[in-house]
Amino acid sequence: MAYQFDFIPVLQNVDLLLQGAGFTLALTAVGTLLGVGLGIIGAVLRAWRIKPFNTLFGVYVELIRNTPFIVQLFFIFFGLPALGVRLTEWEAAVLAMVINLGAYSTEIIRAGIQAIPHGQLEAAAALAMSRVETFRYVVLRPALAKVWPALSSQIIIVMLGSAVCSQISTEELSFAANFIQSRNFRAFETYLVTTLIYLAMAILIRQLLAWFGRRFIQGAR
Amino acid sequence: MTLTPRRLLTALFASLAIGVSPAFADGLADITERGVLKVAVPQDFPPFGSVGPDMKPRGLDIDAAQLLADKLAVKLELTPVNSTNRIPFLTTGKVDLVISSLGKNPEREAVIDFSAAYAPFYLGVFGPDDAAITSLDDLDGKTISVTRGSIEDIELSKVAPKGATLKRFEDNNSTIAAYLSNQVDLIASGNVVMVAIAERNPKRVPVMKLKLKDSPVYVGVNKNETALLDKVNAIIAAGKADGSLNAVSEKWLKQPLPADL
Repeated sequence: MAYQFDFIPVLQNVDLLLQGAGFTLALTAVGTLLGVGLGIIGAVLRAWRIKPFNTLFGVYVELIRNTPFIVQLFFIFFGLPALGVRLTEWEAAVLAMVINLGAYSTEIIRAGIQAIPHGQLEAAAALAMSRVETFRYVVLRPALAKVWPALSSQIIIVMLGSAVCSQISTEELSFAANFIQSRNFRAFETYLVTTLIYLAMAILIRQLLAWFGRRFIQGAR
Repeated sequence: MTLTPRRLLTALFASLAIGVSPAFADGLADITERGVLKVAVPQDFPPFGSVGPDMKPRGLDIDAAQLLADKLAVKLELTPVNSTNRIPFLTTGKVDLVISSLGKNPEREAVIDFSAAYAPFYLGVFGPDDAAITSLDDLDGKTISVTRGSIEDIELSKVAPKGATLKRFEDNNSTIAAYLSNQVDLIASGNVVMVAIAERNPKRVPVMKLKLKDSPVYVGVNKNETALLDKVNAIIAAGKADGSLNAVSEKWLKQPLPADL
Protein backbone atom coordinates (compact mmCIF):
# COMPACT_ATOMS: atom_id res chain seq x y z
CA MET A 1 0.00 0.00 0.00
CA ALA A 2 1.44 3.33 -1.00
CA TYR A 3 1.69 6.01 1.66
CA GLN A 4 -0.56 8.97 0.96
CA PHE A 5 1.42 12.12 1.57
CA ASP A 6 -0.56 14.90 3.12
CA PHE A 7 1.15 18.10 4.16
CA ILE A 8 -2.07 19.97 4.97
CA PRO A 9 -2.18 18.89 8.66
CA VAL A 10 1.41 20.10 9.06
CA LEU A 11 0.88 23.36 7.21
CA GLN A 12 -2.17 24.06 9.37
CA ASN A 13 0.19 24.07 12.33
CA VAL A 14 2.97 26.00 10.65
CA ASP A 15 2.52 28.86 13.15
CA LEU A 16 3.49 26.44 15.93
CA LEU A 17 6.61 25.43 14.00
CA LEU A 18 7.59 29.03 13.30
CA GLN A 19 7.05 29.98 16.92
CA GLY A 20 9.20 27.01 17.93
CA ALA A 21 11.87 28.06 15.44
CA GLY A 22 11.80 31.55 16.96
CA PHE A 23 12.35 30.11 20.42
CA THR A 24 15.18 27.92 19.13
CA LEU A 25 16.88 30.99 17.66
CA ALA A 26 16.38 32.96 20.87
CA LEU A 27 17.78 30.09 22.96
CA THR A 28 20.76 29.87 20.61
CA ALA A 29 21.38 33.63 20.70
CA VAL A 30 21.40 33.83 24.49
CA GLY A 31 23.34 30.58 24.78
CA THR A 32 25.94 31.76 22.27
CA LEU A 33 26.52 35.18 23.85
CA LEU A 34 26.93 33.83 27.35
CA GLY A 35 28.64 30.61 26.26
CA VAL A 36 31.30 32.31 24.13
CA GLY A 37 31.78 34.90 26.91
CA LEU A 38 32.38 32.06 29.34
CA GLY A 39 34.69 30.46 26.79
CA ILE A 40 36.82 33.60 26.45
CA ILE A 41 37.24 33.83 30.22
CA GLY A 42 38.06 30.13 30.43
CA ALA A 43 40.52 30.33 27.52
CA VAL A 44 42.44 33.25 29.05
CA LEU A 45 42.63 31.54 32.43
CA ARG A 46 43.75 28.32 30.81
CA ALA A 47 46.24 29.92 28.37
CA TRP A 48 47.97 31.96 31.06
CA ARG A 49 47.69 29.16 33.62
CA ILE A 50 46.20 31.45 36.24
CA LYS A 51 45.91 29.36 39.43
CA PRO A 52 43.66 27.94 40.69
CA PHE A 53 41.23 28.76 37.92
CA ASN A 54 43.11 26.96 35.16
CA THR A 55 42.71 23.64 36.99
CA LEU A 56 39.10 24.46 37.79
CA PHE A 57 38.32 25.19 34.15
CA GLY A 58 40.28 22.10 33.12
CA VAL A 59 37.99 19.92 35.24
CA TYR A 60 34.94 21.77 33.94
CA VAL A 61 35.97 21.31 30.31
CA GLU A 62 36.68 17.60 30.73
CA LEU A 63 33.47 17.05 32.68
CA ILE A 64 31.24 18.73 30.10
CA ARG A 65 33.00 17.54 26.96
CA ASN A 66 32.93 13.93 28.13
CA THR A 67 29.28 13.67 29.14
CA PRO A 68 26.16 13.72 26.95
CA PHE A 69 24.25 16.97 26.61
CA ILE A 70 20.94 15.32 27.47
CA VAL A 71 22.33 14.00 30.75
CA GLN A 72 23.59 17.49 31.65
CA LEU A 73 20.17 18.87 30.81
CA PHE A 74 18.30 16.23 32.85
CA PHE A 75 20.66 16.78 35.77
CA ILE A 76 19.89 20.50 35.77
CA PHE A 77 16.15 20.12 35.28
CA PHE A 78 15.25 16.95 37.18
CA GLY A 79 18.25 16.60 39.48
CA LEU A 80 18.95 20.06 40.90
CA PRO A 81 15.49 20.47 42.50
CA ALA A 82 16.62 17.81 44.99
CA LEU A 83 19.20 20.38 46.16
CA GLY A 84 16.58 23.10 46.28
CA VAL A 85 17.57 24.73 42.97
CA ARG A 86 14.47 24.77 40.82
CA LEU A 87 14.81 26.26 37.34
CA THR A 88 12.07 26.61 34.75
CA GLU A 89 12.49 24.62 31.57
CA TRP A 90 13.75 27.78 29.77
CA GLU A 91 16.30 28.62 32.45
CA ALA A 92 17.45 25.02 32.52
CA ALA A 93 17.75 24.93 28.72
CA VAL A 94 19.75 28.18 28.56
CA LEU A 95 21.97 27.15 31.45
CA ALA A 96 22.71 23.77 29.90
CA MET A 97 23.53 25.39 26.53
CA VAL A 98 25.78 28.02 28.13
CA ILE A 99 27.63 25.43 30.18
CA ASN A 100 27.99 23.17 27.17
CA LEU A 101 29.14 25.82 24.70
CA GLY A 102 31.33 27.40 27.39
CA ALA A 103 33.35 24.21 27.73
CA TYR A 104 33.83 23.67 24.00
CA SER A 105 34.61 27.31 23.22
CA THR A 106 37.12 27.45 26.09
CA GLU A 107 39.22 24.88 24.30
CA ILE A 108 38.64 26.32 20.83
CA ILE A 109 39.62 29.86 21.83
CA ARG A 110 42.53 28.64 23.96
CA ALA A 111 43.95 26.99 20.86
CA GLY A 112 43.65 30.34 19.06
CA ILE A 113 45.40 32.23 21.86
CA GLN A 114 48.23 29.72 22.08
CA ALA A 115 48.75 29.92 18.33
CA ILE A 116 49.76 33.58 18.62
CA PRO A 117 53.53 33.94 18.13
CA HIS A 118 55.30 35.18 21.21
CA GLY A 119 57.06 37.82 19.17
CA GLN A 120 53.73 39.49 18.55
CA LEU A 121 53.37 40.13 22.30
CA GLU A 122 56.93 41.46 22.44
CA ALA A 123 56.15 43.75 19.54
CA ALA A 124 53.11 45.09 21.42
CA ALA A 125 55.31 45.75 24.45
CA ALA A 126 57.87 47.50 22.24
CA LEU A 127 55.10 49.72 20.90
CA ALA A 128 54.17 50.61 24.50
CA MET A 129 50.62 49.27 24.16
CA SER A 130 48.74 49.01 27.42
CA ARG A 131 47.81 45.60 28.81
CA VAL A 132 44.16 46.08 27.81
CA GLU A 133 45.10 47.18 24.29
CA THR A 134 47.50 44.28 23.95
CA PHE A 135 44.87 41.81 25.07
CA ARG A 136 42.21 43.26 22.81
CA TYR A 137 44.15 43.83 19.59
CA VAL A 138 47.12 41.50 19.83
CA VAL A 139 45.65 38.51 21.66
CA LEU A 140 41.89 38.20 21.52
CA ARG A 141 41.04 39.47 18.07
CA PRO A 142 43.73 37.50 16.19
CA ALA A 143 42.93 34.45 18.32
CA LEU A 144 39.22 34.64 17.50
CA ALA A 145 40.04 35.31 13.85
CA LYS A 146 42.10 32.10 13.72
CA VAL A 147 39.40 29.89 15.27
CA TRP A 148 36.30 31.67 13.97
CA PRO A 149 35.24 28.87 11.56
CA ALA A 150 35.61 26.25 14.31
CA LEU A 151 33.70 28.41 16.77
CA SER A 152 30.93 29.03 14.21
CA SER A 153 30.55 25.29 13.69
CA GLN A 154 30.32 24.72 17.43
CA ILE A 155 27.57 27.34 17.71
CA ILE A 156 25.63 25.59 14.94
CA ILE A 157 26.07 22.29 16.78
CA VAL A 158 24.68 23.83 19.93
CA MET A 159 21.73 25.24 18.00
CA LEU A 160 20.96 21.81 16.54
CA GLY A 161 21.58 20.21 19.92
CA SER A 162 18.96 22.43 21.49
CA ALA A 163 16.43 20.03 19.93
CA VAL A 164 17.10 17.87 22.96
CA CYS A 165 15.57 20.57 25.18
CA SER A 166 12.15 19.41 23.99
CA GLN A 167 12.66 16.52 26.41
CA ILE A 168 12.19 18.82 29.38
CA SER A 169 9.08 20.40 27.80
CA THR A 170 10.89 23.47 26.46
CA GLU A 171 8.63 24.47 23.60
CA GLU A 172 11.25 25.02 20.89
CA LEU A 173 11.16 23.74 17.32
CA SER A 174 11.56 20.03 18.04
CA PHE A 175 8.90 20.22 20.72
CA ALA A 176 6.52 21.80 18.22
CA ALA A 177 7.34 19.05 15.71
CA ASN A 178 6.81 16.27 18.25
CA PHE A 179 3.61 17.92 19.40
CA ILE A 180 2.18 18.19 15.90
CA GLN A 181 3.25 14.63 15.12
CA SER A 182 1.54 13.34 18.26
CA ARG A 183 -1.73 14.92 17.11
CA ASN A 184 -1.85 14.06 13.43
CA PHE A 185 0.56 11.07 13.25
CA ARG A 186 2.01 12.56 10.07
CA ALA A 187 5.59 11.73 11.04
CA PHE A 188 7.17 11.93 7.60
CA GLU A 189 5.61 15.25 6.64
CA THR A 190 6.11 16.87 10.06
CA TYR A 191 9.75 15.93 10.39
CA LEU A 192 10.52 16.73 6.78
CA VAL A 193 9.25 20.28 7.24
CA THR A 194 11.07 20.52 10.58
CA THR A 195 14.31 19.30 9.02
CA LEU A 196 14.05 21.95 6.34
CA ILE A 197 13.48 24.64 8.95
CA TYR A 198 16.54 23.48 10.92
CA LEU A 199 18.58 23.45 7.71
CA ALA A 200 17.46 26.97 6.84
CA MET A 201 18.29 28.17 10.35
CA ALA A 202 21.72 26.56 10.30
CA ILE A 203 22.56 28.18 6.94
CA LEU A 204 21.23 31.51 8.20
CA ILE A 205 23.32 31.37 11.37
CA ARG A 206 26.41 30.31 9.43
CA GLN A 207 26.03 33.25 7.03
CA LEU A 208 25.38 35.62 9.90
CA LEU A 209 28.46 34.45 11.79
CA ALA A 210 30.59 34.59 8.63
CA TRP A 211 29.48 38.17 8.05
CA PHE A 212 30.09 39.07 11.69
CA GLY A 213 33.56 37.51 11.52
CA ARG A 214 34.51 39.40 8.35
CA ARG A 215 33.11 42.68 9.59
CA PHE A 216 34.31 42.77 13.20
CA ILE A 217 36.95 40.11 13.77
CA GLN A 218 38.90 39.03 10.74
CA GLY A 219 38.48 42.12 8.56
CA ALA A 220 39.33 45.00 10.89
CA ARG A 221 42.93 44.36 11.70
CA MET B 1 -15.26 -51.02 10.59
CA THR B 2 -13.68 -48.96 7.88
CA LEU B 3 -13.44 -45.29 8.38
CA THR B 4 -15.36 -43.78 5.48
CA PRO B 5 -15.62 -40.06 5.19
CA ARG B 6 -19.32 -40.27 5.96
CA ARG B 7 -18.75 -42.24 9.15
CA LEU B 8 -15.97 -39.89 10.15
CA LEU B 9 -18.28 -36.91 9.75
CA THR B 10 -21.03 -38.60 11.70
CA ALA B 11 -18.63 -39.41 14.49
CA LEU B 12 -17.37 -35.86 14.43
CA PHE B 13 -20.83 -34.37 14.73
CA ALA B 14 -21.74 -36.83 17.44
CA SER B 15 -18.70 -35.90 19.49
CA LEU B 16 -19.35 -32.21 18.83
CA ALA B 17 -22.90 -32.59 20.11
CA ILE B 18 -21.58 -34.24 23.28
CA GLY B 19 -18.83 -31.70 23.63
CA VAL B 20 -21.08 -28.72 23.14
CA SER B 21 -23.97 -29.70 25.33
CA PRO B 22 -22.34 -28.86 28.71
CA ALA B 23 -21.70 -25.31 27.49
CA PHE B 24 -25.41 -24.72 27.49
CA ALA B 25 -25.72 -26.11 30.98
CA ASP B 26 -25.53 -24.01 34.11
CA GLY B 27 -21.95 -22.76 34.46
CA LEU B 28 -22.42 -22.06 38.16
CA ALA B 29 -23.58 -25.63 38.83
CA ASP B 30 -20.58 -26.93 36.85
CA ILE B 31 -18.17 -24.92 38.97
CA THR B 32 -19.62 -26.11 42.27
CA GLU B 33 -19.75 -29.70 41.05
CA ARG B 34 -16.15 -29.51 39.78
CA GLY B 35 -14.99 -27.72 42.91
CA VAL B 36 -12.72 -25.53 40.80
CA LEU B 37 -13.17 -22.00 39.46
CA LYS B 38 -11.15 -21.39 36.32
CA VAL B 39 -10.23 -17.75 35.82
CA ALA B 40 -8.23 -15.98 33.11
CA VAL B 41 -5.89 -13.39 34.66
CA PRO B 42 -3.26 -11.05 33.22
CA GLN B 43 0.41 -11.64 33.87
CA ASP B 44 1.92 -8.62 32.15
CA PHE B 45 -0.08 -5.73 33.55
CA PRO B 46 0.92 -4.71 37.07
CA PRO B 47 -0.65 -3.93 39.48
CA PHE B 48 -3.57 -5.92 38.07
CA GLY B 49 -1.55 -8.99 37.31
CA SER B 50 2.13 -9.81 37.10
CA VAL B 51 4.50 -12.59 37.93
CA GLY B 52 5.79 -12.32 41.49
CA PRO B 53 9.30 -13.12 42.72
CA ASP B 54 8.09 -16.66 43.53
CA MET B 55 7.04 -17.06 39.86
CA LYS B 56 3.38 -17.14 40.87
CA PRO B 57 0.88 -14.67 39.45
CA ARG B 58 0.00 -11.83 41.76
CA GLY B 59 -2.00 -8.65 41.59
CA LEU B 60 -5.40 -7.09 42.01
CA ASP B 61 -7.08 -9.37 39.50
CA ILE B 62 -5.63 -12.46 41.16
CA ASP B 63 -6.86 -11.31 44.58
CA ALA B 64 -10.29 -10.56 43.14
CA ALA B 65 -10.39 -14.04 41.60
CA GLN B 66 -9.38 -15.55 44.95
CA LEU B 67 -12.16 -13.61 46.65
CA LEU B 68 -14.71 -15.05 44.21
CA ALA B 69 -13.38 -18.58 44.62
CA ASP B 70 -13.48 -18.30 48.41
CA LYS B 71 -17.07 -17.06 48.37
CA LEU B 72 -18.05 -19.88 46.02
CA ALA B 73 -16.19 -22.27 48.34
CA VAL B 74 -14.22 -23.79 45.47
CA LYS B 75 -10.56 -24.00 44.51
CA LEU B 76 -9.07 -21.39 42.20
CA GLU B 77 -7.33 -22.28 38.98
CA LEU B 78 -5.58 -19.41 37.19
CA THR B 79 -4.91 -19.23 33.46
CA PRO B 80 -2.52 -16.48 32.39
CA VAL B 81 -3.79 -14.60 29.34
CA ASN B 82 -2.91 -11.44 27.47
CA SER B 83 -5.16 -8.65 26.31
CA THR B 84 -5.78 -10.19 22.88
CA ASN B 85 -6.64 -13.74 23.87
CA ARG B 86 -8.53 -13.12 27.12
CA ILE B 87 -12.00 -13.04 25.54
CA PRO B 88 -11.44 -16.09 23.27
CA PHE B 89 -10.37 -18.06 26.36
CA LEU B 90 -13.78 -17.29 27.87
CA THR B 91 -15.95 -17.81 24.81
CA THR B 92 -14.35 -21.19 24.01
CA GLY B 93 -15.08 -22.38 27.54
CA LYS B 94 -11.45 -22.77 28.63
CA VAL B 95 -12.16 -20.58 31.63
CA ASP B 96 -15.31 -19.75 33.62
CA LEU B 97 -14.53 -16.08 34.12
CA VAL B 98 -12.21 -13.40 32.79
CA ILE B 99 -10.80 -11.19 35.52
CA SER B 100 -8.20 -9.44 33.47
CA SER B 101 -8.53 -5.65 33.88
CA LEU B 102 -11.28 -5.86 31.30
CA GLY B 103 -12.96 -2.60 30.33
CA LYS B 104 -16.45 -2.43 28.90
CA ASN B 105 -17.22 -1.39 25.33
CA PRO B 106 -20.05 -2.13 22.87
CA GLU B 107 -17.92 -4.48 20.76
CA ARG B 108 -17.11 -6.62 23.77
CA GLU B 109 -20.68 -6.43 25.10
CA ALA B 110 -21.88 -8.05 21.91
CA VAL B 111 -19.76 -11.12 22.67
CA ILE B 112 -19.77 -11.52 26.44
CA ASP B 113 -21.58 -10.24 29.52
CA PHE B 114 -20.07 -7.99 32.15
CA SER B 115 -20.50 -8.09 35.90
CA ALA B 116 -20.59 -5.05 38.13
CA ALA B 117 -17.28 -3.15 38.24
CA TYR B 118 -14.82 -4.49 40.80
CA ALA B 119 -11.97 -1.98 40.57
CA PRO B 120 -11.40 1.57 39.32
CA PHE B 121 -9.40 2.37 36.22
CA TYR B 122 -9.29 5.94 35.06
CA LEU B 123 -7.24 8.79 33.73
CA GLY B 124 -7.20 11.99 35.69
CA VAL B 125 -5.35 14.96 37.08
CA PHE B 126 -3.46 14.14 40.26
CA GLY B 127 -1.70 16.37 42.72
CA PRO B 128 -0.51 16.85 46.28
CA ASP B 129 -2.98 16.30 49.08
CA ASP B 130 -3.29 20.02 49.91
CA ALA B 131 -3.84 21.31 46.35
CA ALA B 132 -7.36 22.75 46.18
CA ILE B 133 -8.53 21.48 42.82
CA THR B 134 -12.22 20.68 42.57
CA SER B 135 -13.14 21.78 39.07
CA LEU B 136 -11.45 22.35 35.72
CA ASP B 137 -11.44 26.11 36.40
CA ASP B 138 -9.11 25.52 39.35
CA LEU B 139 -6.45 24.40 36.88
CA ASP B 140 -6.08 28.05 35.85
CA GLY B 141 -2.53 29.21 36.57
CA LYS B 142 -1.33 25.68 37.33
CA THR B 143 1.32 23.71 35.51
CA ILE B 144 0.52 20.10 34.74
CA SER B 145 2.91 17.48 33.42
CA VAL B 146 1.53 15.02 30.90
CA THR B 147 2.95 12.50 28.47
CA ARG B 148 2.77 13.88 24.96
CA GLY B 149 0.26 12.21 22.66
CA SER B 150 -1.28 10.06 25.40
CA ILE B 151 -5.05 9.81 25.83
CA GLU B 152 -4.82 12.01 28.93
CA ASP B 153 -2.92 14.63 26.89
CA ILE B 154 -5.64 14.67 24.22
CA GLU B 155 -8.46 14.75 26.79
CA LEU B 156 -6.88 17.41 29.00
CA SER B 157 -5.92 19.58 26.02
CA LYS B 158 -9.60 19.65 25.08
CA VAL B 159 -10.91 20.74 28.47
CA ALA B 160 -8.10 22.61 30.23
CA PRO B 161 -8.69 26.36 30.76
CA LYS B 162 -6.49 28.81 28.87
CA GLY B 163 -4.53 29.76 31.99
CA ALA B 164 -3.38 26.21 32.63
CA THR B 165 0.09 25.29 31.39
CA LEU B 166 0.52 21.79 30.06
CA LYS B 167 4.10 20.61 30.10
CA ARG B 168 4.37 17.73 27.71
CA PHE B 169 7.07 15.14 28.14
CA GLU B 170 8.29 12.34 25.95
CA ASP B 171 7.43 9.41 28.19
CA ASN B 172 5.78 8.44 31.46
CA ASN B 173 9.06 8.49 33.35
CA SER B 174 9.83 12.12 32.47
CA THR B 175 6.25 13.08 33.27
CA ILE B 176 6.57 11.47 36.70
CA ALA B 177 10.07 12.90 37.26
CA ALA B 178 8.80 16.42 36.53
CA TYR B 179 6.13 15.98 39.19
CA LEU B 180 8.41 14.38 41.76
CA SER B 181 11.08 17.07 41.31
CA ASN B 182 8.48 19.79 41.88
CA GLN B 183 8.82 21.16 38.36
CA VAL B 184 5.04 21.08 37.97
CA ASP B 185 2.06 21.50 40.30
CA LEU B 186 0.02 18.58 39.04
CA ILE B 187 0.30 15.48 36.91
CA ALA B 188 -2.19 14.06 34.43
CA SER B 189 -2.00 10.30 34.12
CA GLY B 190 -3.74 7.04 34.99
CA ASN B 191 -4.42 5.70 38.47
CA VAL B 192 -2.16 2.74 37.68
CA VAL B 193 0.77 5.13 37.14
CA MET B 194 0.12 6.57 40.59
CA VAL B 195 0.80 3.12 42.01
CA ALA B 196 4.19 3.15 40.32
CA ILE B 197 4.89 6.50 41.99
CA ALA B 198 3.71 5.17 45.34
CA GLU B 199 6.19 2.33 45.08
CA ARG B 200 9.10 4.63 44.29
CA ASN B 201 8.35 7.73 46.30
CA PRO B 202 5.69 7.08 48.95
CA LYS B 203 6.10 10.57 50.41
CA ARG B 204 4.72 12.46 47.45
CA VAL B 205 1.99 10.16 46.19
CA PRO B 206 -0.36 12.29 44.11
CA VAL B 207 -4.04 12.01 44.93
CA MET B 208 -6.87 12.22 42.42
CA LYS B 209 -8.16 15.73 41.78
CA LEU B 210 -10.14 15.53 38.55
CA LYS B 211 -11.26 12.59 36.49
CA LEU B 212 -10.67 12.84 32.72
CA LYS B 213 -11.76 9.45 31.48
CA ASP B 214 -13.34 6.64 33.44
CA SER B 215 -13.06 3.02 32.39
CA PRO B 216 -13.51 0.73 35.42
CA VAL B 217 -12.79 -2.97 35.10
CA TYR B 218 -15.37 -5.75 35.08
CA VAL B 219 -15.51 -9.51 35.36
CA GLY B 220 -16.26 -11.07 31.97
CA VAL B 221 -18.88 -13.85 31.92
CA ASN B 222 -20.13 -15.89 28.99
CA LYS B 223 -23.47 -14.97 27.45
CA ASN B 224 -26.54 -16.83 28.78
CA GLU B 225 -24.89 -17.65 32.10
CA THR B 226 -27.42 -15.73 34.17
CA ALA B 227 -27.00 -17.80 37.32
CA LEU B 228 -23.23 -17.38 37.28
CA LEU B 229 -23.46 -13.68 36.45
CA ASP B 230 -25.95 -13.09 39.28
CA LYS B 231 -23.72 -14.95 41.71
CA VAL B 232 -20.63 -12.97 40.66
CA ASN B 233 -22.55 -9.73 41.01
CA ALA B 234 -23.80 -10.75 44.45
CA ILE B 235 -20.26 -11.55 45.60
CA ILE B 236 -18.96 -8.22 44.22
CA ALA B 237 -21.78 -6.33 45.95
CA ALA B 238 -21.03 -8.15 49.21
CA GLY B 239 -17.32 -7.47 48.75
CA LYS B 240 -18.01 -3.76 48.36
CA ALA B 241 -20.30 -3.78 51.40
CA ASP B 242 -18.00 -5.66 53.78
CA GLY B 243 -14.83 -3.85 52.68
CA SER B 244 -12.99 -6.88 51.29
CA LEU B 245 -12.87 -5.45 47.76
CA ASN B 246 -11.82 -2.13 49.24
CA ALA B 247 -8.91 -3.88 50.94
CA VAL B 248 -7.85 -5.34 47.58
CA SER B 249 -7.96 -1.86 46.03
CA GLU B 250 -5.99 -0.36 48.92
CA LYS B 251 -3.41 -3.12 48.63
CA TRP B 252 -2.75 -2.84 44.90
CA LEU B 253 -3.92 0.63 43.87
CA LYS B 254 -3.01 2.44 47.12
CA GLN B 255 -6.42 4.05 47.17
CA PRO B 256 -9.91 3.21 48.45
CA LEU B 257 -12.62 1.98 46.13
CA PRO B 258 -14.52 4.99 44.73
CA ALA B 259 -18.00 5.27 46.21
CA ASP B 260 -19.64 5.56 42.79
CA LEU B 261 -18.08 2.40 41.36
